[in-house]
Amino acid sequence: MKRPPFTPLIAAVPLSIVAVFVIGARWFAPNAAEPDIYTGVTAPGDAGHLFGTDQLGRDIWQLAVAGAGSAVVGPIVIAVGSMVLGLLLGSLAGYLGGGIDLALSKYADLLLAMPTTLVALVVAGLVDGGYWVTVLVLLVLFSPTDIRVARAAVMEQSARPYIESARVLQLSRFRVMFRHILPNVLPIAMATMLLNVAFALVAMSGLSFLGFGVGPGTPDWGRQLSDGRDLIGQNWGAVVVPGLLIIITAVAINLMGDWLQERFEQRGAQR
Amino acid sequence: MSRHFARGSLGRFIVVRLAATALLLLVLSFIVFGLLHLTPGDPARNLLGPRNPSPDAIAAIRQKYRLDEPFLRQYLLWLNDVVHGQFGTSIRSETPVTTLLADRVVLTLQLALMSFVLTVVIGVPLGIAAAWRAGSAFDRTVSVSSIVGVGAPSYAVGLVLLYVFGVWLDIFPVYGSGDGGLDTWWHLVLPAITLAFGIGALAFKLTRTAVVGELQQDYVAFAYSRGLTRRQVRSLVLRNALIPVATSLGLVFGFLFGGTILVEVTFALSGIGGLLASSVTFKDIPVVQAITLITAAVIALTALAVDVLYYAVDPRVRARGLK
Repeated sequence: MKRPPFTPLIAAVPLSIVAVFVIGARWFAPNAAEPDIYTGVTAPGDAGHLFGTDQLGRDIWQLAVAGAGSAVVGPIVIAVGSMVLGLLLGSLAGYLGGGIDLALSKYADLLLAMPTTLVALVVAGLVDGGYWVTVLVLLVLFSPTDIRVARAAVMEQSARPYIESARVLQLSRFRVMFRHILPNVLPIAMATMLLNVAFALVAMSGLSFLGFGVGPGTPDWGRQLSDGRDLIGQNWGAVVVPGLLIIITAVAINLMGDWLQERFEQRGAQR
Repeated sequence: MSRHFARGSLGRFIVVRLAATALLLLVLSFIVFGLLHLTPGDPARNLLGPRNPSPDAIAAIRQKYRLDEPFLRQYLLWLNDVVHGQFGTSIRSETPVTTLLADRVVLTLQLALMSFVLTVVIGVPLGIAAAWRAGSAFDRTVSVSSIVGVGAPSYAVGLVLLYVFGVWLDIFPVYGSGDGGLDTWWHLVLPAITLAFGIGALAFKLTRTAVVGELQQDYVAFAYSRGLTRRQVRSLVLRNALIPVATSLGLVFGFLFGGTILVEVTFALSGIGGLLASSVTFKDIPVVQAITLITAAVIALTALAVDVLYYAVDPRVRARGLK
């Protein structure tokens, strides 16, 4: 499908803003998590708070700026980690084949057959070991997709003439794998990784929306959204601000990932 | 060996898949059971509350729910009960799990069904229409919107819809499941739209891809060159393209059943998803186990039903045999 070329540009705008939030939160919103119980809930526009305040009197906008970090950093770690794992295991499976391939494929099948939302909720909720344990749980649950993508891409590449010539030249398996196959698999892996950031963002914020992963009072979009749910009649900002931030960020990453995937698929096919 | 269990036959296929499903459920239940035991927190203490409970009271509860048995024995006893159709008693509410789940399963099914109908009625026709006019402004608009639908999480979309249609415009009820009957269906409209927004977008993408792919087949060019009308060709294309779409829709129904958790919490519906979220926090072992297994079983059995359906509708699959 042909999409207007400005898609990545449009997606880049909100993503840069979120990046600025993540890096600059300590300067823009230094006291975001400080409760101010004398203020309590206020509607948007009252008392100098553009989007109002929550139950604890915290400014909704500042809290959202401060919450960008935990909403975005974990998902990036999940996507990168599961891609590294996927590339490592997937290329082993795809290139070496045989028993290793069978074992890894069965492992991926098992994880893929599990209902992800459900398992993530049960595992992360039960372990309840805080933010980084949740990240680890999701990383493991995300890896089978990456293993499959990497495996398929490696198998597809290793049947091509340039790999055959590399074999004829008697280059070592290691060298063929990492110097010749990997660079051609990387683009498609990158696109998958970007899409995974979006899925992980949705999954992580979903878990914190349910109360798992981040502690009460911590600035986080999912947490803020679930707190805001109780204020829906008093301050619409408490729901609309974190809600739209999650939606816009997830959609922007998706647009970017889709666009990259299409470009790389076209390029990979010409090689 | 009977003819029904020959390689590639439907009978053998169903038996193998049922065995695989049983194995998956077994592994899943063991993982959940293991996690419940490995992780900190004691349901007996959760039940007795924050006051300092007497050791006798704790011991009594632990004995009642068999928490004092060794881990493996607890698991085997539980498994034995499940095989006999008993899911035990909820530790939190002290009611049998089957009673606790009966009403809630119905509500979750209602929600899943309603959003499934919305998905099929809106997503599939849009996908077909976009594919007929691939590359047009209409196609581009719907395609880009579908990325929004696929990307945006249900809980965020749900709350924004809740604010706009529940609070601001005041058309739909804000929380809860209603008083049964029509009122309940009315309460489920916004949640169902929320779920269908994401899954409908997925259905749209799948349908569009399938129809576009089919339109590029040689037989389409051949049919046109033989002078078949556009209508006739399209009906041929649709017959072929909609088989994979139907399969994917079956899988989507399975996903829906799992995806209701977040939507139920968002709209404070008393289905099994909301119950699961709170039971996990409480470490209400029997309830968590039962809901996990029921949901996983529904998803696995839907996938199986879809494959069987595939066999029934597609003569090519019947000829080739099933793997």
